[in-house]
Amino acid sequence: MPAAMTTDINLIRNFSIIAHIDHGKSTLADRLIQRCGGLSDREMVEQVLDNMEIERERGITIKAQTVRLEYKAKDGKTYVLNLMDTPGHVDFAYEVSRSLAACEGSLLVVDASQGVEAQTLANVYQAIEHDHVIVPVINKIDLPAADPDRVKLQIEDVIGLDTSQAVLASAKSGIGIDDVLEALVTQLPAPKGDASKPLKAMLVDSWYDPYLGVILLVRVVEGVLKKGMSLRMLAAGNDQTVERVGVFRPKIDYIGELGPGEVGFITAQIKEVAQTRVGDTLVETKHAKDAVPLPGFKEVQSVVFCGLFPVDAADFEKLRESMAKLRLNDASFTYEMETSAALGFGFRCGFLGLLHLEIIQERLSREYDLDLITTAPSVVYHIHLTDGTSMELHNPADMPEVVRIDHIEEPWIEATIFVPDEYLGAVLKLCQDRRGIQKNLSYAGTRAMVVYELPLNEVVFDFYDRLKSISRGYASFDYHQIGHREGDLVKMNLLVNEEPVDALSMIVHRGQAEARGRHMCERMKDLIPRHLFKIPIQAAIGGKVIARETISAMRKDVTAKCYGGDITRKRKLLEKQKEGKKRMRTFGKVEIPQEAFIAALKMGDEK
Amino acid sequence: MACPTAPAPSSNWSMPASDLPGVDGLAVYVHWPFCLSKCPYCDFNSHVRESVDQVRWRTALLADLAHEAMLTPARTVTSIFFGGGTPSLMPPETVAAIIEGVARHWRLAPDAEITLEANPSSVEAARFRAFAGAGVNRVSLGVQALDDASLVQLGRRHDAAEALAALELACGTFDRVSFDLIYARPGQTLAGWRSELARALGFGTGHLSLYQLTIEPQTRFAELYRRGDLVLPDEDLAADLYALTQEMTAAAGLPAYEISNHARPGAESRHNLAYWTYGDYVGIGPGAHGRRGRQATVRLKKPEAWCESVEAHGHGLESETPLDPEACADEALLMGLRLAAGIDKARFRRRTGRALETVVDPAAVRDFTDLGLLIDDPDTLRATPAGLAVLNSLLARLAR
Repeated sequence: MPAAMTTDINLIRNFSIIAHIDHGKSTLADRLIQRCGGLSDREMVEQVLDNMEIERERGITIKAQTVRLEYKAKDGKTYVLNLMDTPGHVDFAYEVSRSLAACEGSLLVVDASQGVEAQTLANVYQAIEHDHVIVPVINKIDLPAADPDRVKLQIEDVIGLDTSQAVLASAKSGIGIDDVLEALVTQLPAPKGDASKPLKAMLVDSWYDPYLGVILLVRVVEGVLKKGMSLRMLAAGNDQTVERVGVFRPKIDYIGELGPGEVGFITAQIKEVAQTRVGDTLVETKHAKDAVPLPGFKEVQSVVFCGLFPVDAADFEKLRESMAKLRLNDASFTYEMETSAALGFGFRCGFLGLLHLEIIQERLSREYDLDLITTAPSVVYHIHLTDGTSMELHNPADMPEVVRIDHIEEPWIEATIFVPDEYLGAVLKLCQDRRGIQKNLSYAGTRAMVVYELPLNEVVFDFYDRLKSISRGYASFDYHQIGHREGDLVKMNLLVNEEPVDALSMIVHRGQAEARGRHMCERMKDLIPRHLFKIPIQAAIGGKVIARETISAMRKDVTAKCYGGDITRKRKLLEKQKEGKKRMRTFGKVEIPQEAFIAALKMGDEK
Repeated sequence: MACPTAPAPSSNWSMPASDLPGVDGLAVYVHWPFCLSKCPYCDFNSHVRESVDQVRWRTALLADLAHEAMLTPARTVTSIFFGGGTPSLMPPETVAAIIEGVARHWRLAPDAEITLEANPSSVEAARFRAFAGAGVNRVSLGVQALDDASLVQLGRRHDAAEALAALELACGTFDRVSFDLIYARPGQTLAGWRSELARALGFGTGHLSLYQLTIEPQTRFAELYRRGDLVLPDEDLAADLYALTQEMTAAAGLPAYEISNHARPGAESRHNLAYWTYGDYVGIGPGAHGRRGRQATVRLKKPEAWCESVEAHGHGLESETPLDPEACADEALLMGLRLAAGIDKARFRRRTGRALETVVDPAAVRDFTDLGLLIDDPDTLRATPAGLAVLNSLLARLAR
């Protein structure tokens, strides 16, 4: 182990990279690591930082990662550069803000032909809020469609950044990598902090490692963090003894201590990520009494909820165990048991957003091999009752009787959408249809930037998919929550053969109820196979039917030929059908195949 | 053309069901696997061969028969059925030898029904007299359609005129004649089928098998269907065609006694009734299935493999599987409900060792009775005509 020695604070540069998906963030990070000798070419797996399978596939980062690089600059000095890779999605906005708070500057990577996207914009504004020095990097300049001057102009127009110092690069071809490193050293300020003060460090992120237990990624603000120290996590409220102190180069390197301005990790006797809080302040236990927490800490709150049910009821325990394992590493995902008449035993789960929901769902099915039914996503409503009390509601099944409700509030967001001019009309119509209130509409070249206030429940209901399809994938979208507002909301039930199917009930705005109900009825009509009798499908608010479809009775389903040689085959088919019945959910007399729930709740293609 | 109907067999099988001929009798199925060409809709065990060693095949079939006879001693054979393949390509001497073999091994009922499936081509028609001489008293002709274009589409080697000539000759040669038609063909309309069926009924045979075209896996039609080059009538048209068939055959005095089989009362296929009433049957020849006692027998499918096995072991068996009462009950249920007369509950219990009431879901029986799809009498359980049209769905919910 090298001698415990903290780095000269003046030679530290902490930075993050802000970029839209596919604009080359990971490739640039890889090049920087390679240039600074962090990994040999042989060890260089493409996109080192995105190490979860899903992260690689989707090209997004879910957990914050960090790499410590050593760079010998043109001034002859060797600098320590800490690259903080930030989650690239709005669902993880809080995590992004903590990563940004741990840095003094950012590289803004913009594709030289695509220009600025909505997601980039949101993160850049966050970086500006954190007083970052921002170095624009125009990437992919060697592509035929590259137009760096136009993109520079756009950055100046839309974001208001000076681009005279912008670096032109192509991470893929290795162009401009040294310029990027020099810009970091010369343009970014060194962190500030006093090594002689009592320790104060921020918990940037934490994750579970099967060998080391929970790893805490920290940024030291004041003082020195040492192995063996007893620490208090102020928000989590527990004490831990530091067992290991290290950095990622990106390989793990144990060093004895971290000084002010440094970024690294520690481990302690922590078994679950849920014992830690992202953004928490770490201090020495002995100074904990009068320690002032660092600003910006927030408790993570679930924004979107849905029910997860095993397709095969026998998988319930497996689902419970799998979710517990996932939660080891993702404390922002919450769950509690739920029973549904339609779907049996399952869990009501809370997520940071829709992407987070999708990731968890995908990991459960992929890594744990579970077939799941996901009920319609719901947001958190504030229900104010006539007796003056109020409650939070995130499951339509728990909706109190209408007579007890005084009024309901729903969460709203402010959404920023970037869209090429030709799709603007469709995007405006979509926002309008979803009860949006236009706040701003401006142009940057041929692209429009639209700002809308929208009810979140309209967004969780297939908004992304619609936006993507009406703009042929060219629109980019970002949002933040702006609080709850009163809304005329009702619970809509779906009745199949006169029986309400609880898993399909939803809370909708009264003005949208009829259209939504009609759509649901049409979908279910396509999804439920014909039965031996006709089946009415109705959408209803209270006792009032607002939409109706009928599945006509089956008229013909018989094998034409069946003789001596066919008996065995037909018996085996019958045995299979008996087995298949276990996978059917029966409502009254109607058998609804799992696929119908899955497809109905997806609501992908609106007619 | 009119086909005189032979006098009805000794008893009316349908009333009451327990008096069915063949209840304790044995049915014998003989599979002849060779065809001159493969029809694109057919998934039966059929093979095209340049030549067949007739002596070798006759010897093998007789040996396979003797093996089954050894295991089912002292039974009365009430029916023999030569199926295929194309059994009308069999040398009449082979047919005669097998019938003689049956009579030697078992007791052959004097009124036994001996059916041979035949293609209605001129070549095969020329052998009709010889088949009758061998003891065949019933033929089932694979006419399939009454117009040349449809016959070409179905890959048949005969044309309509040839088929009608063969039918006429058959009626003059055999006591009982049946023929098959395939309907609900691609592009077929209700009106088209109405006139085709009217012509078919006009020929006056006592029995008709009317099958809706079914796409079987691993056939030429399955491939065409998958590619979208073959479009079948939708469910509503198929249902209308089926209903029309029921209505016209009933009006002509040949009501359906099974999903796809129509007969004048008394002219039903006794051999096939053995399957549907879950009687015992032995099956010999390549790929033939049998039920003896509560055992399911299957013979080797490939003609050469079957033949070699018979020569080596004295039989062509691939497997003999004992069936538990539950499996027997499922089989008796799915076969028995195909009959208009339905399932005789007493016979069901005798044949399967299970009471019908314990095999079916009582809630489903109640629901289907309420919906008019099923009739549950003290002695029988049967599907109504509407129920027969959706029998597969009925069975899926009935069975438990």
